[in-house]
Amino acid sequence: MHKEKFIEKVLFLLALSSITSLALITVFIFMEGLPLVLHTGLRNFILSSHWAPTRGYFGILAMIISSVLVTLGAMILGVPLGLACAIVLAEFSPPRLTFILKPTLELLAGIPSVVYGFLGVIWLVPLIRVYLGGPGLSLLAASLILGIMVLPTIISISIDALVAVPDMYRQGSIALGATQWQTVQRVVLPAAHSGIITAIILGMGRAIGETMAVIMVAGNALKIPTSILDPVRTLTSNIALELGYATGLHREALFATGIVLFIIIMILNLSATLLTRRR
Amino acid sequence: MQLWEHHAVWRGLGRGQPVKLLISRQSAGNNGVFLKFLVVLTVCLAILSCQAKKSEYPPLTIAGSTSVEPFAEKLAEVFMKEHPGVLINVQGGGSSAGIYACRQGACQLGASSRELVESEKELIEIPIAWDGIAIIVHPSNPLKNLTLKELRQIFLGALKNWQDLGWGPQAIHVITREEGSGTRETFEHIVMEKKEITPGALVQDSNGSVREIVAADPYALGYISVGLVDDRVKALSIDGVAPTPENIQSKRYQLARRFLLVSRSEPTGLAKKFIDFILSPPGQRLLTLEGLVAVR
Repeated sequence: MHKEKFIEKVLFLLALSSITSLALITVFIFMEGLPLVLHTGLRNFILSSHWAPTRGYFGILAMIISSVLVTLGAMILGVPLGLACAIVLAEFSPPRLTFILKPTLELLAGIPSVVYGFLGVIWLVPLIRVYLGGPGLSLLAASLILGIMVLPTIISISIDALVAVPDMYRQGSIALGATQWQTVQRVVLPAAHSGIITAIILGMGRAIGETMAVIMVAGNALKIPTSILDPVRTLTSNIALELGYATGLHREALFATGIVLFIIIMILNLSATLLTRRR
Repeated sequence: MQLWEHHAVWRGLGRGQPVKLLISRQSAGNNGVFLKFLVVLTVCLAILSCQAKKSEYPPLTIAGSTSVEPFAEKLAEVFMKEHPGVLINVQGGGSSAGIYACRQGACQLGASSRELVESEKELIEIPIAWDGIAIIVHPSNPLKNLTLKELRQIFLGALKNWQDLGWGPQAIHVITREEGSGTRETFEHIVMEKKEITPGALVQDSNGSVREIVAADPYALGYISVGLVDDRVKALSIDGVAPTPENIQSKRYQLARRFLLVSRSEPTGLAKKFIDFILSPPGQRLLTLEGLVAVR
C-alpha cells in the first residue's frame, strides 16, 4: 500500500506539471511582451497600423483587423457547411452512410496544416489570381482554406450537441404531425443551440490561431485590406514570420503580439465554456 | 551537459538502443515500473552522453550573418564528415552581432554579409564568396532592364503599374522578404536609401517561396539570392548590367555583396584548417554549387 500511495503522488505531480507549464507559458509571454506595450504605449501598439520594428514602429492594428476578417470569412464558409453536415449525419443519414462519412471527416482534422497551405498555394491561389485578379495570395484564399480547416471542429461538436437532444423531443414533435425537417428546425436545433454555438466559437479559436496555412496563402502584406483580394497578415503569421531574426524590442513586440492573440483566444474559449455550462 | 552531447543522446535513441531497453522493462509490468523506468532512462542518458567523441581540437564556433549561416553549415557538415571528431558550431544572430561577438572573443570566427565599417577594421577579414541579389520577374514579362531608381520607386509603392514600365495595364505585385532578413537588409541598404518598403508588398519568409510566387504569377516582381535563380523566373538587369558571376565579382552589378569571415587575430588550429578548406578548390566548388560566386 505504501507503493500505491507513492505512485498516486507521482501521477498527481505529473498531472500538476501540465497545468504548471500552462501557467509558466502565460507568465513568460506577459513578462516578455508587456515591457514593449508599456514602452510604446497601448495606443501606439493597438491603434496604429505602422509596423516597422527595426525602425521603432510597433503598430499591429492592421494585423488585428486582418485576423478578425480572415476568421469571419472562414466562419461564413465553415458554419453553414459544417452545420449542414452535422445535421445530415446526426438526423437524416442512414447508419451506413454515417459509418463512412464520420471517419472521413475526422480524417480531415488529421491533415497537417502545412498540407492545407500547400494545396492552397498550388491550387486555390492560381484560381483566384486567374479568375478574380490580384496576386491570388489574399484574404479570400486564407478564409477559404481556414473555412475548410475548421469543418472537423464544427461538425464533431455540433453532432455531439444534436445527438444529446433527447429522442422524446423528436418523437413528441413527430407525433404532433411535424415533418422530419420541421422537427429538426423547430425542435432539435433550438434544443441544441448552446452546443452549436460552442462548436462555432471553438472553430473560431482554431481559425484565429492557425499559422502555417495562413502564412502560405495570405500574402502577409502589412496594410489594412480594402478588398477580399488584398494580401493580409494575421497576428499569428506576424510572430512566425519574424521571430527567427528578431532581437531586442522587435522580439518583445512579437511577444506582445502573442499577448493580444492570447487574450482573444482566452475570451473565445471562456465564452465557449460558459455557454456549455449554462446548458 | 554540452550541446553536442545532446546530439549524441538523440543519435543513440535513433539507433534504438534505449528504446528496446525501455520496452523490455515495461512488459515486466509491476508496481515499481515507474521507478525502474526512471532509473533505466537515467542510466541510458548517462552512458550515451559519455560516448561523445573527444577531439584534438577544441570546438570551433562561428556566429553571425543569417545569410552566410546556411552556407557555413553546409561547409561545416562536409568538413566534419572528412575530419571525424572535430566539431564546428554555426550560429546565426546577424552580421553585426557576429562581428561584435568575434571582437569580444565570444567566438573564434564571425560571419558577415556586409563590409566592415571603419571601427571594425582591426579585425582580419577573409572573403569566402560573392553573392548577388537578383530582381526576378515571370519569364513571360517582356521587361529586361530596370534602373535602380525605377526599382526604388516600385518598392516605395510609387510606381504601381506595369504600364508605367511599358507593359500591359496590370498592377505590379511586389514581393519582399520579412523584416530582419539579411537579404532584405542588403536590398534596403543598396536600393532603398533608408526609405521604407511599401506596406502593400507581399511578404514571404524565404528565397524559395519568393521564387515560387514569381514563377507562378506573371505580374509579380521580387528579389532573391542570385544563386537561386532558375529557368522558371527571369532575372532583370539593373542599369543595364546583368547579374552574371563576372559582373557580381567586379561590382559592376550593384546589388552585390561579399560574404566574409572575420577573426581577431591570424586564425590558428581548427579555424585555420576550416578556412583553408573553404578557400580550397573543393570548398569553393561547394559554394558555387550552392549558388554563390567563388572568390578564387
